Amino acid sequence: MFSFLRRKKEEVNSPLWLKCEKCKSLLFKGELEKNMWVCPKCSYHFKISVKERLYHLFDNHEYELLDENLVSVDPLNFVDTKPYKQRLEEAKKKTSFNEAIINAVGYINGNKVYLSCFNFDFMGGSMGSVVGEKLTRNIERAAKDKIPFICICASGGARMQEGMLSLMQMAKVSAALTKLEDAQTPYIAVLTHPTMGGVSASIAFLGDVILAEPGALIGFAGPRVIEQTIRQKLPEGFQTAEFLLKHGLIDEVVDRRHLKETLTKYIENLKYSL
Amino acid sequence: MNFYDIEKKIDKIEEKLKILKEREDIDKEKIKLIEEKFKRKIEKFYSSLTPYQKVLLARHPNRPKFLDYVNALFKDFVELKGDRFSGDCQAIVCGFGKLYIEKEILDFLKDKIKYPCLNKEKGYLQVCLIGQERGKTTKEKIKRNFGMPNPQGYRKALRVMKLAEKLGKPILTFIDTPGAFPGIEAEKHSQSEAIARNLYEMAKLKVPIIALVIGEGGSGGALGIGVANVILMLENSVYSVISPEGCSAILFKSQDKVEEAAKALKLTAQDLYNLGIIDEIIKEPLGGAHRHKEELFKNVKEVLIKYLKNLLIMEPEEVKKLRYKKYRNIGKFEEIS
Ligand SMILES: [Zn+2]
Repeated sequence: MFSFLRRKKEEVNSPLWLKCEKCKSLLFKGELEKNMWVCPKCSYHFKISVKERLYHLFDNHEYELLDENLVSVDPLNFVDTKPYKQRLEEAKKKTSFNEAIINAVGYINGNKVYLSCFNFDFMGGSMGSVVGEKLTRNIERAAKDKIPFICICASGGARMQEGMLSLMQMAKVSAALTKLEDAQTPYIAVLTHPTMGGVSASIAFLGDVILAEPGALIGFAGPRVIEQTIRQKLPEGFQTAEFLLKHGLIDEVVDRRHLKETLTKYIENLKYSL
Repeated sequence: MNFYDIEKKIDKIEEKLKILKEREDIDKEKIKLIEEKFKRKIEKFYSSLTPYQKVLLARHPNRPKFLDYVNALFKDFVELKGDRFSGDCQAIVCGFGKLYIEKEILDFLKDKIKYPCLNKEKGYLQVCLIGQERGKTTKEKIKRNFGMPNPQGYRKALRVMKLAEKLGKPILTFIDTPGAFPGIEAEKHSQSEAIARNLYEMAKLKVPIIALVIGEGGSGGALGIGVANVILMLENSVYSVISPEGCSAILFKSQDKVEEAAKALKLTAQDLYNLGIIDEIIKEPLGGAHRHKEELFKNVKEVLIKYLKNLLIMEPEEVKKLRYKKYRNIGKFEEIS
């Protein structure tokens, strides 16, 4: 699923070494890990796990997970080449997470935040009932406590296996965000590779501030669908974070190594302070 | 047998029956019997359509399109064009029209209505109309971009819906699109932002909103004008997170699993009613909306007025709150301890 969204499999010749996608340098994995999976030579952003991302983001690497008790059911009894239930089980095993998003609360340079983070490894970060409900609950908390909300996006879109229930989550989370308006509380969206479809057209683009990681693919329609529709090749760099910045669609492209400091500046300037 | 072939066959038989009826030399009773038997057969056929056949029926070229509803149900339609920023997308048509109502409804609303949208002397409601238009002729289809809106279309719709809110007019949206347009310019102008913004703003509007799926409800492109107090679907319309063709290709890894995909997605009006996502199914004439249009328009008007009547007597804040609650509760999951 969403194979076009996945970056080419890293050519792993050794468990210790990795070749950079962009500059082709041979990189020591341990060093990459310390560098938040950003190539020290050319700043290419490799995929980073949710755990590592949160580890780097929160003060003292501490945070509390919320809503872990929400789990997906199979409301449509959906079967394609595999039953949906089996896909869920496999995703759980593969990621050791129980859904495609986690909710957390913690501090970023002393500022309390409610944070949701998509997990692309879990069924392409697709948004079904649980993802929609978890986002809604975290937004509601942020609104109630007047604490900034942050969402780190990475998703292929709505979860097809839950049909229209998934599509309606777009409306649900968008409606939930209106509560932050009443609470005079900011929402910062961080778009990472890839952010597409129904997630892009709801939670992702409703950020009061929208940040994106370098090189991330971000858009409504996938590049392949667009190419098939208009029957022409897409320009180089189309739908990348840099392309979006140039066209006035996002606020800033932020190197992952500076994300924490950048978020801090926005939070401290915008949060409810009384 | 192909779905359209069956329809052609029905047309042929209907024509033959008509000719037979005109002939003096054939026993009328006999023809009547044949006709009844034929009718039962069609009924049986249409009541056992597969989900994918319903998709085809929902996309039927002769099926009434948004502007047919505008012409049939509303008077003196005025169209508002452009998003005031970067263009006018004609896959979405927006404006205001007069909906004439029976005296009985007028008497009911007269003292209770909470919105300045009722002309008591002339007996009509002023309503905001937003709809996706696919066009019928080739020329029209191209002009309408085959019903696939660009961001400008969603932004125009939002502009007009906000005007409706300012003026206190209820909003009726008509959904019929294969999806939002996937193109270079559409992405440059952020199709995502345009749709997301509508979802957000529609959640806040302080006037009643009713959404009616008249043909194909294609994913986020449909939802972009679909956040409403009441969601209605025509009997043979469909509403889906992805087209059966797309689902077949992505999940079933094949081009020809559209029947299976359509079935799995639970995209028919009946499925969505059972899932609690839509509020009511509007009955279509036998054979689909395009076969006996007067009957269809009558059914649609009746249902629209029924819901308008209930919503227009609610306070604006209450209408907004109810809409929020409706979406807040959509989703099926488990809470484990
Ligand atoms: Zn590199």
